[in-house]
Amino acid sequence: MTVATPQGPACDLRLRLVAAFIFIACVSQLRTLPVALAALTVAGLVAAWRRPDARLWRRLMHVEGFLLLLFATLPFTMAGQPLFSLGPLTASVEGMERALLIAAKVSASVLALTALLGAVEPVRLGAALRGLYVPEVLVRLFVLTARYLSLIRDEARRLQEAMRMRGFRPGTNRHSWRSYGHLLGMLLVRALERAQRVEEAMRCRGYEGRFPRLAPPSPTARDWAGFCAALVFGLAVTMADRL
Amino acid sequence: MAHIPDGLLSAPVLVAGGLLAAGGVALGLRRLDDRMIPRTAILAAAFFAGSLVAVPVGPSSVHLLLAGLMGVMLGTAAFLAVLVALLLQALLFGFGGLTTLGVNTVNIALPGVLCGLALGPLIRATARPSVRLAAGALAGGLSVLGTGGLVALSLWLSSSDYTPAARVVIATYLPLALVEAFVTAAIVSFLARVQPEALRPVAP
Repeated sequence: MTVATPQGPACDLRLRLVAAFIFIACVSQLRTLPVALAALTVAGLVAAWRRPDARLWRRLMHVEGFLLLLFATLPFTMAGQPLFSLGPLTASVEGMERALLIAAKVSASVLALTALLGAVEPVRLGAALRGLYVPEVLVRLFVLTARYLSLIRDEARRLQEAMRMRGFRPGTNRHSWRSYGHLLGMLLVRALERAQRVEEAMRCRGYEGRFPRLAPPSPTARDWAGFCAALVFGLAVTMADRL
Repeated sequence: MAHIPDGLLSAPVLVAGGLLAAGGVALGLRRLDDRMIPRTAILAAAFFAGSLVAVPVGPSSVHLLLAGLMGVMLGTAAFLAVLVALLLQALLFGFGGLTTLGVNTVNIALPGVLCGLALGPLIRATARPSVRLAAGALAGGLSVLGTGGLVALSLWLSSSDYTPAARVVIATYLPLALVEAFVTAAIVSFLARVQPEALRPVAP
């Protein structure tokens, strides 16, 4: 008997995708701070239980630009009980609460997403998406894009290094922007050449628009248990939130 | 910063975005020839890699969206490329979101596809480099402004409390639109000189 590791092939990815979606959809619609904090705690525990690498925590530190904007503006623009004032601006309790609520929901979603799906290879993800009746063309695009992304990123890095070697110092001027245009244009030209080669190679091997695909094994009891846990949790936080 | 994370938008906005995105993706799928799949995927990867290049603006730097150029080079398949790139970004890098996938796809791809439809024919047909430069700049700049407007609209429709932030969001898209206009114009004129057939859309 083999030991099923959390990331191992024993986990049914289809169920895990759906579970992640349900969890995040429920969390993203929460309205009360205590429930959102509880959801964040649970997501944090799940993430910690899966023994994440440092990447996960670093990812949590990355905040989108307009989230910072919201955190900066919400306390001062929402009317309500004054909390403290900063010159002419007064922060309200309601605004602070709203900012905290959003921070909790966004963090919980990021934790859940990376903990559940962060370490999955795109090929397996593609098979799972196909199993969930995502159109086959879309799945093929997904798998191929994932496969070529790292290659083309390396190419972009090499082109940029070459530019630096030739003495290119980026600045805020038209020359720099045109140089970046040439860099990206070159990247696209090379991508098209690569596409030409790949197409020919694939046709030589008898590609006619379809990849062979093995039927995924049916989910185990353990997979269903995890799925049900996510479902129950999602319903529970929604109920607690609205009651 | 065009990808809105999970946990911010209201359910009606998410559902409407999902439906619109599904429509765009269905259109792209119908127009895309099966044999063009490898080419679309590799171009999508190139656009994704290109958007990861940081272009300095003043003391900070921006990441290009390249949606206008996608509209010109991919046509309606830009919906597919953007969706796939956003899914990869959410699942592999943890940026963006799962529930906001539809909204983000529409916000980025729709202005790009429209710019491609409106300006693509001119870019391909014109013999004058200056006209091509101007059309490329318009495609780049307008698509970014469209994305900024749609992002602000998604925030504003979700909650009126987001209105002040939404206003600032639009302002932050202005420098990006300027840079994107210059860079897209340079890419278009580069491609027209080096490989004109690259400017033909993969899916009309």
